[in-house]
Formats: sequence, structure tokens, C-alpha cells
Amino acid sequence: MSKWLTPRSLLGVVLIGAALVALPFVAAMGGQAWVRILNFAILYVFLALGLNIVVGFAGLLDLGYIAFYAVGAYVYALLASPHFGLHWPFWVILPLGALVTCFFGVLLGSPTLKLRGDYLAIVTLGFGEIIRIFLNNLNAPINVTNGAQGITLIDPVAIGGFKFAGTTQVLGVSLSGPQKYYYLLIVLAILVIIINLRLQHSRIGRAWQAIREDEIAAKAVGINTRNIKLLAFAMGASFGGVAGGIFSAMQGFVSPESFSLVESISILSMVVLGGMGHIPGVILGAVLLTILPEALRYGVGPIQVALFGKMLVDPESLRMLIFGLALVLVMRFKPAGLWPSPERKRELQEVL
Amino acid sequence: MAEALLEACAVAKHFGGVKALRDVSISIRRGEIYGLIGPNGAGKTTFFNCMTGLYIPDGGGFVFDGAPLLADAPHQAAERGIARTFQNIRLFANMTALENVMVGRHVRTKASVLGAMLQNAATKAEEAAIRQRAMDLLHYVRIEERADDLAKNLSYGDQRRLEIARALATEPKLLCLDEPAAGMNGTETAELRELIDGIRRDGTTILLIEHDVKLVMGLCDRVAVLDYGALIIEDVPAVVQKDQRVIEAYLGA
Repeated sequence: MSKWLTPRSLLGVVLIGAALVALPFVAAMGGQAWVRILNFAILYVFLALGLNIVVGFAGLLDLGYIAFYAVGAYVYALLASPHFGLHWPFWVILPLGALVTCFFGVLLGSPTLKLRGDYLAIVTLGFGEIIRIFLNNLNAPINVTNGAQGITLIDPVAIGGFKFAGTTQVLGVSLSGPQKYYYLLIVLAILVIIINLRLQHSRIGRAWQAIREDEIAAKAVGINTRNIKLLAFAMGASFGGVAGGIFSAMQGFVSPESFSLVESISILSMVVLGGMGHIPGVILGAVLLTILPEALRYGVGPIQVALFGKMLVDPESLRMLIFGLALVLVMRFKPAGLWPSPERKRELQEVL
Repeated sequence: MAEALLEACAVAKHFGGVKALRDVSISIRRGEIYGLIGPNGAGKTTFFNCMTGLYIPDGGGFVFDGAPLLADAPHQAAERGIARTFQNIRLFANMTALENVMVGRHVRTKASVLGAMLQNAATKAEEAAIRQRAMDLLHYVRIEERADDLAKNLSYGDQRRLEIARALATEPKLLCLDEPAAGMNGTETAELRELIDGIRRDGTTILLIEHDVKLVMGLCDRVAVLDYGALIIEDVPAVVQKDQRVIEAYLGA
């Protein structure tokens, strides 16, 4: 751990820290919408890192990951909204949501233990759809999820008397709601990244990678592949659950349509595009794929008007076109992702 | 010599109509190098797979280290103290040599997810011990200078050695080597022989499947010969070598 204390790395940490603190104010110059986009970028970092455990570390292709985001979001929505008249505090619901999604992770994992590759992908895809369809239809006979209308008026996050919605003055600085959420998210993101890094370089992380590399050999050296795979599903799911809970609180509204298959696929794209199994790469993928499409959305219209005098192509469809093209180009020229893990040269002297 | 470490009692396995193993009964004594030979398709690897839990035998069973071996989950075999290498090398190709051996320590260590997240003192100490032990094992099989190379970039001979180091990392009582000399040249085979002999001297019993008859006869204390899934003979090399049935099995009647 002593390598963290060199002046250079300390300087780096301070600079990155300062940039992260300043970011929401810079973004706010372009309007609060940009702060919200930043927040979503961080949420997607959570999701991509969670999926990275399943896909990147353990090598289990999961196309229904968004289901865990949905479960987390609905756990929060049901326990902190007028829908059931419950208003539990967020620090109770968030861990609870993580636990519930863990359970759903195991629920999805257990029937798929013997499946691999394409077959696993199809089953997980089905699972994702099942959850969404359930959410859509669980308004009868007992109204649990309020169906397609979704749940509204969800409580914002509040710690003690400090509410994360609305503008407040903190130490003489005016902070908007999204800006406050940004800081909450950054703190959680750092926590999530540390957990991921530690997991990767642990006994469990190595077992995940061993299963990805060769399941039979992993069994032969005594890895209980069933439990270790379920653990990957559960851990991955819990990150999705936490992200879902915050999403719920931030938006104040959830409905099943936020959790479509396209969302699962775009999270998978973040993982693959960034660099499967490599945490910094996955973070990069998540941030890029959240921010670039938004930048396009805001940029494409005005550019077209400036060039041709009128809107020729709908920005929304152009966005999908460019997104697809980017994916094809990356897969063609950087098949391991934008920022794949280097062939590590471990500093053995750290231990020996 | 000492009592049996592994006893196979009438182990049978068939795939459809093919009888891969016909009531094979052998017994491996503690501390010996036991050779299992036979022509291609005789059932050697099938026997291995039954023993290590990859296949479930259709009849018979194993007694290992004084208790029946419940061959329904491969990881349990490793837990009990049976480690193996594979005929077609199965390393974790995109992990470093060191990491491969560290994975081998999995079954003898116990850090949980929570420990990994919190990085408490016990977890850190265990992790350091895992790394140290893995380095020692790489040194033992003499590939420590390749520790940080990806397994797939190692030479063929080194990959064989790495697989043995990974198997040893599980602290086996019985080490099963499936054709470790396959594809090796004379020098490499001689070095391998030295390594296997060394492992036995350090107290591990070895079951060796091999085609190289010279290696088996020179190295093993006792040898069993399989042909068409049936045991022909189990005896010391000198007797086996002269046995008419063995000569027939190898040369054709």
C-alpha cells in the first residue's frame, strides 16, 4: 500500500479529486440537464461495474442485467412513496434493495448454472423480460407495482434533515438538487470502485477468472463452481440494485418502460466497449456511452441547422446510427475494448 | 509398504454400448508412484475422470484415505486431496503463471467476499501467504522467472510444469498426472522424471498415466495395465514387462 504515498500519486489523487468536486459546477454552466447527465453517467458506472463482475470476471454472458436495476428501483419506490404509504429512510432501503437484488441474482443464477455462452444469454434475456412484464402487470389482483403507470412521488434521498432535492445553501454555496446527488453518487462510486478492485484481486476474484478461463480445470483445483458462479450473479446484481434505488430517488418516478432490453444491451456495450474485465476500461465505457449520445443529441440538431438551414435527420435516429457505427469500429480495430487490461507486470517486491 | 491410499473397487463406466471401464479394481499405496498404462482408448483417462468426479461411475466406487470418495462433485475430490493434471493441458490461459498457482490455493484458503471487501488483517495475511506459497511452488518446478507471464505464452514444457505446480498448490495426498510426458523430447522427459521423483520424495503419492513405457517402467513402483477397459495385470514393472498379455495388448495378438 506504500505506493499510494509517493508525492506524484498523491498529487494525482488531489488533482482528480479537485476535478471531481468542480465538475458539477462546470456542467451546471451548460444547464442543470448536464448535471443530471453526469449523474446518470455515474449510475451507469455502477451498473457497468456490476455487470463486469458477471461478464468480465466470471465470463457469464448476461443479457438481462437491467432486471436487477429494476428490482432495486422498485424496492425503493415501494418502500418510500405514497403508493403503500411507506416512507422508510434511504439508508435502510438501499442495503435492503441490495439484499433483495442479491436474492434475485441467485434466483436467476441457479437455473442457469450449467448453461454457457449463447444458451446462458438467451435465458438471462428471458429473465430480464420476465421481470419487466411482471412489473407491468402486477397491478391486479392486488396492486403492487401500479402497472404501466409506474410509481410517482417517490421520496428523494434525505440524510437527517438534509434533503437532496431542491436547492440549498451549503457553506454559502448554492447547490441544486442534481448537484447534491452528484456528490452522493461520487462518494458511492468511489466505494463501488474500491470494492470492485479488491474483489478482483482476491481469492474470490481469481476463482471467477478461473471459471471464465476453464471451468473444468477450475473444478479440478477444487473451486466449487456452483457457489462461486452464484456469488458472481449475486454480487453483480447487488450493484444493479443500489443503482436502481438511487435512480428511483433521483427521478421520483419509476415505470417498467425504463427497464427495457435495450438498456441491458447498452450496459453490456459499455462493458465490452470499455474493456471487459478491466475496471478503468469499464468506467470509461460507461461514461463515454452515457455522455456522448447526450452530447450528440444536443449537438446534432444545431449543427444540421447551421449547415443545411434545416433539420434533415432526426437527432434520435442519428444517435442510434452513430452508436452502432462506433460499436462496429471499436470491435473491428480494438476488439479487446478501448482500454483493455495491460499484461500486468506485478510488483512482486511489494510482498517478497 | 504402507496401507492403501486409494482403492478402486470394481469401477465400471460405459458410454452407450461402449464399455470404457469393466470392473477395474486397483489399489495405490501411500508414497508410491503408481503407473497406469494401456493402449489408446483403453480407459485410462476415463478412470481418471471417474476418480476425480468429472464422470460418475456406473458401478463400483473408490475409497480414498480411509473414507469413500463421493464422486459427484469434482471440487470435493480436490478438497479430499486428489489433484490432477490434464492430458491436453488445461491452464487458465489469460492469467499469469503466478495467478494460476494462486488459484490452486483456493481450496486451502478461506477469504470470503466480505474479507476481500474489508481487507482485514487476516485476509491480507492469507493473501500474502497465498502469493508466497505460489512463488515457492513456481520455484519448485523451476519456472519462477516466468511468474508474471501469461500462461498461454509459456513454452509447452513450462506449461506442463505450471500445471503440476497448480495441482501441488492444492496440497494433494495423491497427485494424478495424465500423460505428462506427451510431446516432450528426451531432455524434457528426463527433467520431468526428476521432478516427479522429487515430488514423491517430498511425500506425495503419484498416479501416472503414460504412454512412454520407458518412463513408466523406470519411474513407477507398481504398474497396472488396462486394455479395452479391463485390468490385465497390476504388479511391479519387471513382472508387467514380461507378461504375455501385456505384450499382446501393445503389439496385437
